[in-house]
Amino acid sequence: MKKKITMIICLTLTICIAALCGCSNSANDQKTITVINYGMYIDPAILDQFTEETGIVVLYEEASTPEELYSKYSSGAIHYDAVCSSEYIIMKMMADQSLQPIDFTQFEHIDNISDDVWSFCATFDEGNQYALPYFWGTVGLLYNKNMVSTPPTSWDVLFSGEYAGNIIMQNSMRDSFMIALKYLGYSCNTTNPEELAQARDLLINQKPDVQSYLVDEARDEMVAENAAIAVIYSGDGMLGCTYNEDLAYVVPEDGSNLWVDCWGVTAECVDTESVYTFLDYLCCREDIAKQNFEYVYYPTPNTAVLNSLDEELRNDEAVLPKLDSLDNCEVYQLMDDDTTAMMDEYWKQIKAE
Amino acid sequence: MAKLKDFFCKFYVAIIMLFLYAPIMVLIVSSFNSSKSRVLWGGFTLEWYQQMLNSSIVIGALRNTVVLAVGSAFFATIIGLLASIGIDAMRKKEFSIVMSITNIPMLNADIVTGIAMMLLIFRFMPLGFSSIMLAHITFNIPYVILNILPRFNQMDISTYEAARDLGAGPVTSFFKVVLPDIIPGIVAGFFMAMTMSMDDFVITYFTKGAGVNTLSTMIYGQIKKGIQPTMYALSTMIFAVTILLLITINLITLPKKSGKNKPR
Repeated sequence: MKKKITMIICLTLTICIAALCGCSNSANDQKTITVINYGMYIDPAILDQFTEETGIVVLYEEASTPEELYSKYSSGAIHYDAVCSSEYIIMKMMADQSLQPIDFTQFEHIDNISDDVWSFCATFDEGNQYALPYFWGTVGLLYNKNMVSTPPTSWDVLFSGEYAGNIIMQNSMRDSFMIALKYLGYSCNTTNPEELAQARDLLINQKPDVQSYLVDEARDEMVAENAAIAVIYSGDGMLGCTYNEDLAYVVPEDGSNLWVDCWGVTAECVDTESVYTFLDYLCCREDIAKQNFEYVYYPTPNTAVLNSLDEELRNDEAVLPKLDSLDNCEVYQLMDDDTTAMMDEYWKQIKAE
Repeated sequence: MAKLKDFFCKFYVAIIMLFLYAPIMVLIVSSFNSSKSRVLWGGFTLEWYQQMLNSSIVIGALRNTVVLAVGSAFFATIIGLLASIGIDAMRKKEFSIVMSITNIPMLNADIVTGIAMMLLIFRFMPLGFSSIMLAHITFNIPYVILNILPRFNQMDISTYEAARDLGAGPVTSFFKVVLPDIIPGIVAGFFMAMTMSMDDFVITYFTKGAGVNTLSTMIYGQIKKGIQPTMYALSTMIFAVTILLLITINLITLPKKSGKNKPR
């Protein structure tokens, strides 16, 4: 009797678990694509609208950093059809041959993507074969108009000592070196040890003047008027300016980093048609791209969206960085292992000072 | 002197309370702040609560978390109960061997369990909601056993034997005699498993499929663009529900306890 009962309970459990497994498979007759992107980097309503219009279900996975996104993809536990990430992750994936060329002729609204942004992408994706730009932007200075004597136009303000104790730097190795290298007049993609050493010395000398090295909190510190100048990404700068009207964003004339977040289609993706439909819908179609822009609020490569914005917003340098201010800007290139190791070592020396 | 001692005692407790609850108070205040910034006060608003309740992502993650917690705790309790019956009947040597084996997953680092589960599960089925469920059931079982087994030890086996002597079948005597004795352990095990499941981030992170989120993995995904105020609202609500639940449980159990001490 006892045995029977145990048997029955075991059986029920097995059936329940089997049923659970079955649930996840039942949606297979529908077209499904799996994509990965950063968190909060899309208006979630768009996914539902897309499924409603086309019948294609989008499984949307999120990652918090570029490195995490890459490791999630490369672990192979989930099969992704498309990935959206920072340009250097896309470059890495291109080098690994994990991406397949995208046939942009199948995109209905591809003409909406600005030629300028295509040319930024071409610096790492020759002939624009693999990467579809999603959002882009710059690294610049967010400053408080009431706390600076003259509006800054150069990275000079960070190194001159004039604003000692009132400066916030990004706690990021690559960005810090980029600033120092650009200020010294070098390329931010340099592999020359001599130039990197000079940049290190400059950053070590600057350290006593820096109030703190922050990441996301930099924006809030500026809004609270706890510092005069902060190094910041254009999207965050744009948000900061809306919270506190005394703040302004500028891309220094010495040049800066230009970042482009791109979509790529993975090599193992089979149903490219559905993925193309999705990317065309999300990035290129005007109404959807605008809806997404209003949610994410980062500079969009979609010219149709930009033309539909009102004059004041369009002239805001944080929304649409001026093209002439971008002359000296560079997209990060993939660093070789030796340079990475050297920069790591130098960054440790700076932080240890 | 006694007054001074009294003062320091109270002061000490107050300081501890402050450190424990000040962060939560900040969170609660921020959830009513109409400015998105963490440092500016823009006036009182309930907008974030409204946005949260309207967001299908937040509600979906909340539903997943609750279904996972209750479901995994339910299955783990049944399996754990059956295991406890078996383990209790073992001889000393086997007993200690099996107990150390069940204890290992509890002491093991979550990340090892998580990766191991992912590697095992994705060979047999696509990662998704059910893979998280399986993983949660698995890591919950030891906690349930840990809660139920001591009850069996405390139980007097002669009451079960007496029931059998008096003609009750094994099943009847189990439900009529054994179960009432061990039910506090079962309830405690169930709630502990539920808490563990709700609390878990690492194992869920590794075993989840694309598009499936629990609250913890959803909040983690938002880090790159900054945590949204809707999360403050959600956390405040979870905190309020927890407090209410604790108060009601205490209110219910207090009078019962005093009644138990009386001779039956």
